[in-house]
Amino acid sequence: MIAAIAKEAEWRKDYLNEKVETIYFGGGTPSLLSISDLRLMIEKLKELFFFDENAEISLEANPDDITEEKLIEWKAIGINRLSIGIQSFNDVDLQWMNRAHNAQHAIECLKLATKYFNNITIDLIYGSPTLTDEQWKKNVEFAISFNIPHISCYALTVEPKTALDKLIIQQKKENIDVDKQAKHFESLMQWMKEVGYEHYEISNFAKPNYRSKHNSSYWKGLPYLGLGPSAHSFNGSSRQWNIANNALYIQSIENGDLNFEKEELTASQQLNEYIMTSLRTIEGINFLDDRWLMTDDKTKSKIILSAKKWEANGNVVLNEKILRLTDKGRFLADGIAADLFQL
Amino acid sequence: MLQTYIFAAVMKNIRNFCIIAHIDHGKSTLADRLLEHTHTIGVRDMMNQVLDDMDLEREKGITIKSHAIQINYPYKGEEYILNLIDTPGHVDFSYEVSRALAACEGALLLVDASQGIQAQTISNLYLAIDNDLEIIPVINKIDMDGAQIPEVTDQIVDLIGCKPEDILLASGKSGIGIDEILEAIVSRIPAPQGSYDAPLQALIFDSVFNSFRGIIVYYRILNGILKKGDKIRFVASGMDYFADEVGVLKLTMTPKEEMKAGDVGYIITGIKVAKEVKVGDTITLANNPGKMIHGFEEVKPMVFAGIYPVETDDFEELRDCMDKLQLNDASLTFELETSQALGFGFRCGFLGLLHMEIIQERLEREFDQTVITTVPNVGFYAYTSKGDKLSVNNPSEMPDPTKLDRIEEPFIRAQIISMPDYIGNIMTLCLGKRGILINQTYLTPTRVELTFEMPLTEIVFDFYDKLKSQTRGYASFDYSPIGYREADIVKMDILLNNEKVDALSALIHRSRAQEFGRKLCEKLKELLTKQQFQIAIQAAIGAKVIARENISAMRKDVTAKCYGGDISRKRKLLEKQKEGKKRMKQIGNVEVPQEAFLAVLKLD
Repeated sequence: MIAAIAKEAEWRKDYLNEKVETIYFGGGTPSLLSISDLRLMIEKLKELFFFDENAEISLEANPDDITEEKLIEWKAIGINRLSIGIQSFNDVDLQWMNRAHNAQHAIECLKLATKYFNNITIDLIYGSPTLTDEQWKKNVEFAISFNIPHISCYALTVEPKTALDKLIIQQKKENIDVDKQAKHFESLMQWMKEVGYEHYEISNFAKPNYRSKHNSSYWKGLPYLGLGPSAHSFNGSSRQWNIANNALYIQSIENGDLNFEKEELTASQQLNEYIMTSLRTIEGINFLDDRWLMTDDKTKSKIILSAKKWEANGNVVLNEKILRLTDKGRFLADGIAADLFQL
Repeated sequence: MLQTYIFAAVMKNIRNFCIIAHIDHGKSTLADRLLEHTHTIGVRDMMNQVLDDMDLEREKGITIKSHAIQINYPYKGEEYILNLIDTPGHVDFSYEVSRALAACEGALLLVDASQGIQAQTISNLYLAIDNDLEIIPVINKIDMDGAQIPEVTDQIVDLIGCKPEDILLASGKSGIGIDEILEAIVSRIPAPQGSYDAPLQALIFDSVFNSFRGIIVYYRILNGILKKGDKIRFVASGMDYFADEVGVLKLTMTPKEEMKAGDVGYIITGIKVAKEVKVGDTITLANNPGKMIHGFEEVKPMVFAGIYPVETDDFEELRDCMDKLQLNDASLTFELETSQALGFGFRCGFLGLLHMEIIQERLEREFDQTVITTVPNVGFYAYTSKGDKLSVNNPSEMPDPTKLDRIEEPFIRAQIISMPDYIGNIMTLCLGKRGILINQTYLTPTRVELTFEMPLTEIVFDFYDKLKSQTRGYASFDYSPIGYREADIVKMDILLNNEKVDALSALIHRSRAQEFGRKLCEKLKELLTKQQFQIAIQAAIGAKVIARENISAMRKDVTAKCYGGDISRKRKLLEKQKEGKKRMKQIGNVEVPQEAFLAVLKLD
């Protein structure tokens, strides 16, 4: 797999014309990779692409993969940001979500990780049936107590056709309570504000200067190159994604012919993506942004007209410079975005 | 040529017949065998079930419109012409059946060997007997597992009083008994009787629309001669035309110089609009007119519903399509209607619910129209306190209760045939539908016929389905209208956040209103999506709310993650959502999906 990804990187080294500002090892469990493989990847990328000297290099890690030895090595090969899938500090909750680690693991790994890294983000999940309001509060307080500068908080989502979905349908597991999720989200926004985290995207909170540079570039519509099975790439006007199956991916690389699908985005699709992603951010739609400026006046006024309705019921802030969601509107972001879409 | 002419003129060598059968008892397959066996059509160029030539008919397994075909059959050294007139197989079209029967001298009574006699068969059989038709009973599908030949024989003997040996055994599928049937048609069905010299009287039993030739009229001549070029008159409509072409119906139309008493054929006159041709009307000659043939009726619609375009902009297009549809379906009536909820549309009259479904499907399939059909209702009569009699085919036409003296609703006589085991269930069902039991007869020890008088409105919605499930499919049903009776009918409205949804109003018996309202509110709760505010769904009679449901406000409508690999998929999802919303109707501040307008048809 590593060889195949390295090969893909070589073939596609001209996909990005700009200086590379971030690398993100994620999707799956890259923390399982041996140090030599990881080092090889980073060296390969640095050889092929022109890197900013302050590039953000993140690694996604499972709590149970984290050891002191690994932390030291990751740091040595240039990883400068860790994303740790903590999810919860509660055993009942972790079991319900079918996670490999327990609360004790989570705590110990954070203690270790903070010894070697200060740029850390952790994931927390709220709104599961096993997570009480009090426990949710404890989870957030725990994270803050470790001085973690970036926290991603996700409402538990049951994707169709997953094992969890089936268990819920068979009534072997309790279904998600949306009202509880909304309540958790509202409390979360309140707590994070009090301790000085910026709620810069629907699911993301950061201390000043600790936003994820990598993820922010997705929402800004910047180009990105994704390598490996199922990875998505975007060059500003088209998006493509590699075949998801590992074996078929490797086979396609061995055959010398990358297996991927591609779509050219029409002007309205590009506009819709801009609406969808920017509405999720604290900045919202900026009327001085190129992507807004290149939209014709008729379309713009249609969007503004639709937005007025959402302004009237307190879900968006609309002035001459920006259109963004209020705290109330954040939990309705999809419906609002869809409403502003142009088909 | 000369030979054909003489041959066609001999009335004693003509047999006009039809086939009476229940759906699925094998009528079309048997007809196919008769045509094959007599080389009327080749095996290869024949689609299965030649007579049912509309897509919909083939799919629903029923004949919607009747057709006719001529079979040439040599028997004992003579050539015979057998005209097979096909009849529609659904209760919605019983008038058309009666006219097709009136064009025949005989009928094959086809009964499935494992299923026995069904209500539909009996009512059509009675129509045939009323028309003095010679009945040839045939037990079909005798080679199927579960065939009960002795039992079905007993049923038939009881029903028509024939001898067991008069009953023919057949299998359309494997071709058993086809020769015997053809022989019986010639030897048992009388030849037509009529006079060539009398004024022309031809009975119209069907018409079809052909986009090149206009309306093609099918008829049976009772008396007189019809020649190409004659100036003809339709007696009931009083319209005159020229006979541009006359001929017989082989697999394709075969023109002739003249058609005579006893013949079945077609005529083309350049008529463009099906409405001008009324089934049951009489064709005669303008310069020597004959009398109207007995039995003509104006077809009256029994069920009414609004049909609206999904997109209000598509109204003009829908109007064109309705006009075209009416060209070949004269029993469809419609007039302009407006709804606050749905905009411009049409109030349509149908022969029955099946007819309504057919129209809706034809609009979608043949004309590519997406339409919303509103709550169907029967036609009522409202008598005002001033003594006026108003026809009410639409909830909005119902006068204010304070100005009403009384309302009358249409009643039907319903015949249900089933097994004695299900009498209890059928009674419960029919009495629950305000039915009155009139008669109960055992046709055989295992077959019972129940006769009820019932309000038509009670069978409009879900009666067939309920009857089927209450009898595990072992029941057949038929009905005929028996006039109007006084009833306590009220107008029930549905309100969404206090806005009346006119398209969901219904005319309903007071005793049924509360339950109906409750179910409708529950169904709407299922079909409406959560919105940013609470939605109150109410059913009301006048100002009195009789049922209520609430839909709580949407609290969460956001996906947790939106990173590089999520963007395309999520954008497509939201675009689809937006597309879906475009098809919704805005009632006050509530967005209502199309399915909600059909909810009423899907109530348990």
